[in-house]
Amino acid sequence: MTAVSDPQSVAALVAEANDNRVNLDFETEGMTLNMGPQHPATHGTLRIIARLDGEQVISAEPMCGYMHRGYEKLTEVRTYPQINALINRIDWLGSFANEVPFILAAEKLMDVEAPPRAQWIRTILFEMSRVANISLFLGDFGLQLGGMTAGFYAFRDREWVLNQIESATGGRFHPNFDRIGGLKDDLPKGWIEESHTAMDKLLAFCDEMEDLLVGNEIFQGRTRGIGVIPAEIALSYGLSGANLRASGVDWDLRRDNCPPGLVYDKADWKVWTHPDGDCFARTWVRLQETREAAKIVKQLLDTIPSGPVMAKVPRIIKVPAGEAYVATENPLGEMGYYVVSKGDLVPFRVKIRSASFNNISVLPWVARGAYVPDLISILGSLYFILGDIDR
Amino acid sequence: MDQLSSADTETPEEAAPATDDAREAVLAEFTARLGEGVLGSHIRVGDDLWIRVERAHWLEAAEVAQSMGYRFFDFLSAIDWLPSPFGRDMDAQEDLVVAGTPAKEPEAMVQGYAGGDTRFQLLARLYSISAGMGITFKCDLPDDDLTAPTWSNVFAGANWHEREAREMFGFSFDGHPNMINMYLPVDFVGNPLRKDFPLLARRVRPWPGIVDVEPMPGVADEEGEGE
Amino acid sequence: MTLLLASFAPPYWLSTLIKVIVISAVVPTTALILGMVFLFKIMSWMQSRLGPQEAGPRGTLQLLADGVKFLQKEDIAPNGADLWVFKVAPLVVLMSTLLLYVALPASMHLVVADLDVGVFFVLAIASLSVIGVLMAGWSSASKYSLMGALRAAGQLIAYELPMVLAVIGVVIQAGTMSLNGIVLAQNDGSIFGWGGIGFPYILTQFLGFFIFIAAVQAELTQPPFDMPVAESEIVSGYQVEYTGFRFLIFFLAEFATAFAFAAIAAVLFLGGWAVPWLPTESDWYYVLGPIVLFAKVMIVSFIIFWVRFTYPRFREDQLQSLAWKVLIPLALVNIVVTAVLKVVL
Repeated sequence: MTAVSDPQSVAALVAEANDNRVNLDFETEGMTLNMGPQHPATHGTLRIIARLDGEQVISAEPMCGYMHRGYEKLTEVRTYPQINALINRIDWLGSFANEVPFILAAEKLMDVEAPPRAQWIRTILFEMSRVANISLFLGDFGLQLGGMTAGFYAFRDREWVLNQIESATGGRFHPNFDRIGGLKDDLPKGWIEESHTAMDKLLAFCDEMEDLLVGNEIFQGRTRGIGVIPAEIALSYGLSGANLRASGVDWDLRRDNCPPGLVYDKADWKVWTHPDGDCFARTWVRLQETREAAKIVKQLLDTIPSGPVMAKVPRIIKVPAGEAYVATENPLGEMGYYVVSKGDLVPFRVKIRSASFNNISVLPWVARGAYVPDLISILGSLYFILGDIDR
Repeated sequence: MDQLSSADTETPEEAAPATDDAREAVLAEFTARLGEGVLGSHIRVGDDLWIRVERAHWLEAAEVAQSMGYRFFDFLSAIDWLPSPFGRDMDAQEDLVVAGTPAKEPEAMVQGYAGGDTRFQLLARLYSISAGMGITFKCDLPDDDLTAPTWSNVFAGANWHEREAREMFGFSFDGHPNMINMYLPVDFVGNPLRKDFPLLARRVRPWPGIVDVEPMPGVADEEGEGE
Repeated sequence: MTLLLASFAPPYWLSTLIKVIVISAVVPTTALILGMVFLFKIMSWMQSRLGPQEAGPRGTLQLLADGVKFLQKEDIAPNGADLWVFKVAPLVVLMSTLLLYVALPASMHLVVADLDVGVFFVLAIASLSVIGVLMAGWSSASKYSLMGALRAAGQLIAYELPMVLAVIGVVIQAGTMSLNGIVLAQNDGSIFGWGGIGFPYILTQFLGFFIFIAAVQAELTQPPFDMPVAESEIVSGYQVEYTGFRFLIFFLAEFATAFAFAAIAAVLFLGGWAVPWLPTESDWYYVLGPIVLFAKVMIVSFIIFWVRFTYPRFREDQLQSLAWKVLIPLALVNIVVTAVLKVVL
């Protein structure tokens, strides 16, 4: 400790102390809490370094990379059909939705279009994976906030959708069903009726969740007014999906910029927004989205055209040179693939724009000043999948 | 500049090239506001717009685009245009070099849409929700000075993307507030997404290659083996 | 047999020995029963699961198997832990639970110590457990543990008060602080002259019952007040560093305390061990008393656990404002109304 006599340096020291200590009255120093990589609320291996004053968060910095699998590098040494199997694992709860934008990008470069029946089934499976993904969010968010039962209900009812996806594609989690130019197979017999039943069950599940969770006073007390993200901030951080719509931005890629190959315009559905931008708004928008997705599926099931499910494509797929960016509205938000091809069997470069990476990057901004329990609410309501952050 | 073209792919000639008035207008307005900063551009009709800007105007490009309503930050990344020195079989080539066989002749470097002069190109995309259009920006970075001004003051979301680009390609971003590694350990050597960074998994097990390409359903196998 | 029990008057040393054995047998048994019935089975059914199926008939012995498993585990203490405090802390928590059972009457005479200030004793002893919790949290050398312990302490202070105030209404109405006295007062009472079901105080002290149950939830650190052990926030709080039988002790203490509080609620509001049609002097209560009490405990426990399995959890500050702004004023109003009516009627 050096003697300080100069008033200026004393002032500087005081200023520094003011910066370091949040609460000068009690002279608390703050505490660094290391949440993760094995913390239950980070569902996976996200690590959040939170600087706390008591229970108040001064700063929270997410550290990712514990699950980085280097997909962007791996895509450079794999053929397009092989990449399809790889990118299934990005957002593992809605895997079919991962395949679609990549396949659409390749189709765009090849100037191939899938037959109508394939487009219909693609859209149906896309929305089914959305239902499977977001229904789990509803349960999981309840679990994060301490309501155990919601989680089990979600796992129970998600099974209806997963069964349908499995019976159509053969894979519960990783279908690998989409092909450049169409789909691997046609639907099995009786699938359409069963899917109707499954979607009815999911609609009932949404009502149940609204009663059990979203309408609950404690739940609302824990989420309303917590983690408010204004629209400007959301746009500048590139938040997408329900997180953006919960901030009042009426933007849905399915409606506004639907890439050719998906038939959302053939169904009658709504895009829900919420003006509040808080945790409750995000949950509420997702709840409505699940309902809308189920409705889309039900409508499209009734109008599936007949015909082949595969267009004429060469056996060995060489994608012509060019660049294409195709993004779709995935369960977590905008997911896009920037594919650079040099006319080879393998893409030259694939940039994977995953939704969670942007969605979670807003955490340092929004977590400042929140309490530790609110941090959990915010994390839960931003809804990220680790594979979608780290890729 | 010139478009990417390759010998073994037929480029279908379009009878009457359609025009995309909306994107032309955006490009014109952008060029008018950025001045000589725009180095190249490319429009795919009804789909997308590419604009290549000079490095000195990289930050300005973001500000101009933001004021034009392109307020949604999509992503920021980079492309290494160097053809992979290893080829598809990657490190098998390196083993050949060790064994004494000369490596393959490197292919010529060909940049993509909107052209390019250098090996590394920054790649970023902004989106306008009101216009329903996106712009893909590109920016050449000279090999001897891989720095660019940061976008994170204009688009806060660029913060993480620039961190990712930094460790994956070895760039640096002037004025970035938090230039620490995102994925890689601090003692990691190399920049994994550069084309000359060997993929170690390939070294252990060479690429199975074309044999694995599955036949498409409905298309008869060429050898007549069938499914 | 009942007569045999009634005429059984052992010497002091023998009765003490019997009481010690009975308490140390009853406490784990009650914890096992609650854990098995509610945590495993009822919870599973509420969540559309099957629950344990393999151990014993319909999985009824699962908790026993789990207990044996816990005993086999290595006793690990963290590196920076204050070892002595760390090891004693679970015992302190268990001690408070054991002491709770001392004053619980299972019938007129089946009680370890029939205290004149039973209510006071029970409420005072119940708050002892927080010392063990604080010890555990402090000595674990973990930030999560510390936060959990501090939350527990803050929560306990907030909830001790409504709990005490809720009980005062009963005490005023019964005119005694003895738990047996309260049971007798309820059983011998009558509703406007009709003594068909006695006069269980839940009819008049419904508000008190509600506040008491809410406070019990907080005291037991169960959802919606489980912030001290919130898994998704602070990863089980003060228990996070405990393994093996020390964790088992925490578990036992939690469920045995739940049973004890349910029993206290049954005694205070539901007439305790007595049934209205049998005079309280009857010797049959040596056998019937524990059964009746157990049945009533199960009803109260069901309410406690039902809430536990359904609700999300509060935030710490929301809990404090609920306690200080809602429950305490309500309890005070309840006391005033009870006192006025007691004097007027």
